[in-house]
Amino acid sequence: MTDLLDRQKLSYIAAQAADARLNVELETEGMTLNIGPQHPATHGTLRIIVRLDGEQVVWADPSAGYMHRGYEKLTEVRTFPQVTTLVNRIDWLGSFANEVPFILAAEQLMDIEAPPRAQWIRTILFELSRIANVGLFLGDLGVQLGAITPVFLAFRDREYVLNLIEAATGGRFHPNFDRIGGLKDDLPKGWVDETRQVMKKLRNFCDEMENLLFGNAIFQTRTRGIGVIPKDVALQYGLSGANLRASGVDWDLRRDQRIPLAYDKVDFKVWTHPDGDSFARCWIRLQETREATKIVDQLLDGLPSGPVMAKVPRIIKVPEGEAWISTENPLGEMGYYVVSQGDLGPFRVKIRTASFNNISIVPWVLRGVFVPDVITILASLYFILGDIDR
Amino acid sequence: MSVFAVDIPYWGQSLLRVLGGTVAVLLPAGTIVYLFLFKMMSFMQSRLGPMEAGPYGSMQLVAEVGKWLQKEDLQPLRADKRIFKIAPLIVLVSTFILVAVVPFGPDAYFTNFQAGIFYALAVSSVSVLGILIAGWSSANKYSLLGGLRAAGQLIAYELPMVLAVIGVVIQAGTLNLQQIVVAQNAGEMFGWNGLGNPYLLTQFVGFVVFMISVQAELTQTPFDMPIAESELVSGYMTEYSGFRFLIFFIAEFANVGVFSLIAAVLFLGGWGIPFSWFGWHSMGDVDNWMNIVGPLIMVTKMIVLSFVVMWVRFSYPRLREDQLQRFAWKVLIPVSLLNIMVTAVLKVIF
Amino acid sequence: MGIAKDFKNGYLSGLGVTMKTFVKTVTPKKMGGGAATVQYPHEKEAPPIRARGVIALREDNCTSCMLCARSCPDWCIYIEGHKELAPPRRAGGAPRKVNKLDRFDIDYALCMYCGICVEVCPFDALFWSPEYEYSEPKIADLLHDKTKLGEWMETVPEYPELEAGAQKGKK
Repeated sequence: MTDLLDRQKLSYIAAQAADARLNVELETEGMTLNIGPQHPATHGTLRIIVRLDGEQVVWADPSAGYMHRGYEKLTEVRTFPQVTTLVNRIDWLGSFANEVPFILAAEQLMDIEAPPRAQWIRTILFELSRIANVGLFLGDLGVQLGAITPVFLAFRDREYVLNLIEAATGGRFHPNFDRIGGLKDDLPKGWVDETRQVMKKLRNFCDEMENLLFGNAIFQTRTRGIGVIPKDVALQYGLSGANLRASGVDWDLRRDQRIPLAYDKVDFKVWTHPDGDSFARCWIRLQETREATKIVDQLLDGLPSGPVMAKVPRIIKVPEGEAWISTENPLGEMGYYVVSQGDLGPFRVKIRTASFNNISIVPWVLRGVFVPDVITILASLYFILGDIDR
Repeated sequence: MSVFAVDIPYWGQSLLRVLGGTVAVLLPAGTIVYLFLFKMMSFMQSRLGPMEAGPYGSMQLVAEVGKWLQKEDLQPLRADKRIFKIAPLIVLVSTFILVAVVPFGPDAYFTNFQAGIFYALAVSSVSVLGILIAGWSSANKYSLLGGLRAAGQLIAYELPMVLAVIGVVIQAGTLNLQQIVVAQNAGEMFGWNGLGNPYLLTQFVGFVVFMISVQAELTQTPFDMPIAESELVSGYMTEYSGFRFLIFFIAEFANVGVFSLIAAVLFLGGWGIPFSWFGWHSMGDVDNWMNIVGPLIMVTKMIVLSFVVMWVRFSYPRLREDQLQRFAWKVLIPVSLLNIMVTAVLKVIF
Repeated sequence: MGIAKDFKNGYLSGLGVTMKTFVKTVTPKKMGGGAATVQYPHEKEAPPIRARGVIALREDNCTSCMLCARSCPDWCIYIEGHKELAPPRRAGGAPRKVNKLDRFDIDYALCMYCGICVEVCPFDALFWSPEYEYSEPKIADLLHDKTKLGEWMETVPEYPELEAGAQKGKK
């Protein structure tokens, strides 16, 4: 409680200081504007309190928590399959990607490994959820900047991916497909060929987005040089994913760590950009979408045959222990710290989400920018409220 | 108006003019909203748009009007009530008084000012007032931001518009819109009068500058900072609901129509087809049936120009306010000044 | 702001994409065009076989073991049953105790469509069906009782064929 009061006091003092400076220099009052919680630009209910001097931001403070659903408390009273279901809903656009680190942590505690076919299919679905998530980002980027057409094209092409996920798992947004020891079911007939067609369509979509949005001179003027985050600041604030790679840091957990997913069996390029501005972040996500389609194609070519579920007991009791697994999710680095006491469900789960750290840089990066740039920077940082607030 | 064979008393003529003016404002608004906002935008986004209300969704606008009319009339507590209520009306009235000067045929016009285009440009700035006071009186910080941005943008883009028109005026030699139409249709380009002298071709730079300024005057993307839907929720229109919002909505699209009509008159030859195709040489030669066909030709040209305006609207992101201003002051105005100089020189030579 | 450089990629390519989409949507379906949307009440898309639309109950198999009700994360399954004596299988045997279901309700206003109940049922009494058009004006009508759940059984599809390389074993 005292920390909260201290923070509030500090914010208040900062506001007074900003006011005083404005009052002395310009003899005008700054204007405090609430961006959110209900706002077309934030991806959900995020509130950012900005203090404006005309159209320039003097001081910004994000206030998250409007969507807090109490995940970590909920997981204390649920069993492992139930937690898998709940966890889908953290980052709801790329939802399969949320289940994977949790299941991998539980498997690490149980000391079993899923069979190879299950690992490969997990990786395929992981990359498909990355495409679904970042495909929507590309469309949404247009809306934040004023171009209303890309978002419809993004939804149209995302439908293909969602139909694929539905054909395999039964649910479009919340697959709930991963199980401790493997997957719930195998792929239906014809899925592999269909996926190949869809990947071709998505590559076309990326080209269309490039022509419609990225190549546009107005888009370039709006995003180049806006919201530059240098390398060391990005590392200090704990950014991850495309935000970090856009500042020039070569960091990709898919390549760098050895977890039971099939990333070491495929060839892919990790895209970085030296600039660190909004354009770099958006451009890297576009390239990553293309790269993801290539990864899926390679995985489909080499899919091994066999069972999709290891030998696990009927009622799973995870032995005592603690495990931490983090993966390169579409939004950044997502990790689960699972503490188990030999029960049907976890004792405590700590969820480290990417968007929470990604928006911690908002006060630093929004100093001195104009109001339209605020929207551009928030759009390029790309967070999802479920991910911030859990 | 000597259009009809019978002699209509003055009050009858005024009534006809009022009705004609209302039709001339509302019909373009309705057509543009349905054709472009509902249908063309949907087709460009790979969907079909409204299909349920009427065949192919043609009654959707009627349904929307009904919906807006039955909404609650909300006024913010701290808003300046009188000004809050007047603001939409000012914007709509400026459209009506603008259309009064557009000629639809050799005898089908509302008024025939000698200083037609001068009047039109002056009067088109009245809507800026409406937008500014709408933003200020709404007691909402977002509306305030939108209104202030609008003031800066709309005033900045008046200048390129005026300067682009001066090129046309130099070439036509008159400010009267009816005579500008005749000058285009009866004129000739470099000695060949097969197509008349549409200023679209001979004043191409002026046309481009004018269309860009029109896009900015109408606050359409890429110049829609005052509305800026993803930031300001609706800019100066945020606090308006029900009938008042309907007036803003109709005024916005009626303005698109009326500005396209004026652009058609200035650059595409107005209500006429090149006179050389019929063997006419001046205004007196023009047959009477042109009074019926003229409005149809104007509507067609208006649809073509509005198509371009709307196509650009749906394809581009928006410019930031200072980038907007920089574009107007550093690019459009020098280009249009250059255009005037070149036109004047060429007019003297040829 | 450079107006002349990047002109082709800068301004015109965006217009080209929208015009291309426009033309594609307007061309009739026979020539390969058409919108990407489906006009819902008039045309309907068939969901995939595995789609999780509604849960169907096969009453004969259910023994009210309560495993589904216990494993539901939302606790939306309500089961009540009683024990009855059924006639013996062979003549001269003792009467068997069987569970008879009194009440088996699934509250679809709470259901998360996670599928844990279907998976966990040891007697294959619950099945997924891809039916999705059962919305009601009143929330209370979303509580499907035993009979309604039994009616959904007719819409349950056959288990789909699996992809090449899958191992057909016990699931």
